[in-house]
Amino acid sequence: MVGEPLLELRDLHVTYPSLQGPVRAVRGVDLTVRAGTVVGLAGESGCGKSTLASTVLRMQAPSAQVSGEVLVDGEDVMTMRWGRLRAVRWAEASMVFQGALHSLNPVRRIGQQIAEPITLHEPKTTARAAALRAGELLERVGLPANRARSYPHQLSGGQRQRVMIAMALACSPRLLVADEPTTALDVMVQAQVLDLLTGLVRDLDLGLLLISHDLSVLGTTCDRVAVMYAGRIVEEAPARAVFADARHPYGKALSAAFPTIGDPASRRAPRGLAGDPPFPGALPVGCSFEPRCPSAIGACSSTDPQLLPAGPDRQAACLRVAADGSWLSPEPTRQETP
Amino acid sequence: MSQPPLLELRGLQVHYAGARGAPVRAVDGVDLTVRRGEIIALAGESGCGKTTLARTVLGLERPAGGQILVDGVALGSRRRELTAWRRRVQLVPQDPMGSLNPRRTVLDAVAEGLRIHRLPGDERALVIDALERAGLRPAERFLGRFPHELSGGQRQRVLIAGALVLGPELLVADEPVSSLDASVRGAILALLLKLRDELGLTVLVVTHDLGLAWNIADRLAVMYLGRLVEVGPTEEVLADPQHPYTQALLSVVPESRHLKPIVLRGEPPDPAKIPNGCRFNPRCPALASGRASAVAGSCTSVGLEVLHGTGEHEAACWLSASPALRPLSY
Repeated sequence: MVGEPLLELRDLHVTYPSLQGPVRAVRGVDLTVRAGTVVGLAGESGCGKSTLASTVLRMQAPSAQVSGEVLVDGEDVMTMRWGRLRAVRWAEASMVFQGALHSLNPVRRIGQQIAEPITLHEPKTTARAAALRAGELLERVGLPANRARSYPHQLSGGQRQRVMIAMALACSPRLLVADEPTTALDVMVQAQVLDLLTGLVRDLDLGLLLISHDLSVLGTTCDRVAVMYAGRIVEEAPARAVFADARHPYGKALSAAFPTIGDPASRRAPRGLAGDPPFPGALPVGCSFEPRCPSAIGACSSTDPQLLPAGPDRQAACLRVAADGSWLSPEPTRQETP
Repeated sequence: MSQPPLLELRGLQVHYAGARGAPVRAVDGVDLTVRRGEIIALAGESGCGKTTLARTVLGLERPAGGQILVDGVALGSRRRELTAWRRRVQLVPQDPMGSLNPRRTVLDAVAEGLRIHRLPGDERALVIDALERAGLRPAERFLGRFPHELSGGQRQRVLIAGALVLGPELLVADEPVSSLDASVRGAILALLLKLRDELGLTVLVVTHDLGLAWNIADRLAVMYLGRLVEVGPTEEVLADPQHPYTQALLSVVPESRHLKPIVLRGEPPDPAKIPNGCRFNPRCPALASGRASAVAGSCTSVGLEVLHGTGEHEAACWLSASPALRPLSY
């Protein structure tokens, strides 16, 4: 059962001015997150995924130029009046940031920090009622309610990340955006936090946009995954399909970088991708992945591929992927690099 | 084999002063033999003591007990001995940006070890050689660059060059790829494998990433609360983990998709409060589910022997101590 769309990005562009000329961080992204689903956004540092996340609540840098639409529950965040935006933040959509230690105030108790958005958004709430809600929220994320009296430094990394999630839930939003919520955490704690997030999506019918550089995490947690490269989505498909059977050469390289334990093919054979992503201020004319692509053909350096159907229920932006998802000849002009 | 192993840890103990006087036993009895040309991965959660163990191997922490044998001879604590050892063992730090001085060039960063150890020879030529071995070619182009002009993968290669320039026998790599992008990760791991194959380097990799162990390690040692709980050839440990902790750790790695995740509750344990009996017993899923009920008395009261860490597959678990009760496979 597919829920209603909570977030729709339509032809989103974000450009930063810089001394070297405009830096096109996001270049035409369409993405939908529906209620009750987890959508993953994968990509390397500098691919534009955090810039994209910041636009959902209009938190991009003031100098950034944005075009396109960001619809939260059908309303365009970019053209909203300030008062309405304040209401949408926290109450309709909220963010879980990476680096929980730096996002919490070190000199205030956890409970006060969770209660703050509640008292701001519902001014009639008494301090007592807000504190009670904070306690309930802590229990909701698997911490005892009396932890409300702790300071951030008294909690472990995983506990702090749970507090960040409790805070994001404070005003009962329908949409959560989590930017690298588990990056600094141990595998076991990472599994706990991901379990918590997917449980919340299921129980509260939330929509979750989960951003990570770790395709293996997204592959096991999300319903759908979009792979981003140089400001564009280059592949979009059911999560398993991206991880197990990517169509785009970049998606393939990214999933091959995570070995399957027990698979003899990856034993003593780590795989990566040569080269570095292009600087977003100086993108190649054709496909932005062409300089690193092991399967590039002549046309790739002049034609910028669009995101097109690539088999049932999936899309890819590659000249060599046919509409039914099959691989088009001619044979690659370069050797595959291991 | 007549030649003694490059490195042997015997009953190694490393303690820190705790907050209330009680010592924090960060490394609490570890035996491990590291042979020449071997890549050993040391895996575990934060706080399990793996970084402390690595620092002790580097001669940066003084053991509270036990011995470190180099070529079969105990490593002393005198300055001269330690300095000589520190030339033979080199650290590849994690976090390439934080480990490089932003105001010093690649040449200075790589040559630092040469200058500290006052080695003779053409510094520039040695640095160029090390950079090329680390895969930065042509090396001359990188000498004058600053860290901010390099990509994450290039910075990690500069750090590896800095370790290689002294011609070490053992590299200790602390989470060498955890802060790198996925596409770069494979290239750096391939480099470590290549260095072992071409230079015969021995590598001790500290990591929480079991996929990394599968990618490059000959042997895998899993550490929990200051002790090794399971050690053996990587294929055997990962294909057939014996210790419930290894089983849980493996099941939550996204790369092992066929396993049912066993998510341990609670936080990584506190080395200031090591439980009696098996140190994993408060979190052990086998004990909680009743699978270990036949040995439960031992689990909570009788400590386990220290593993030998010499080569064969071993696990410090009462369940595998009695073969009739071998855990069912997941």
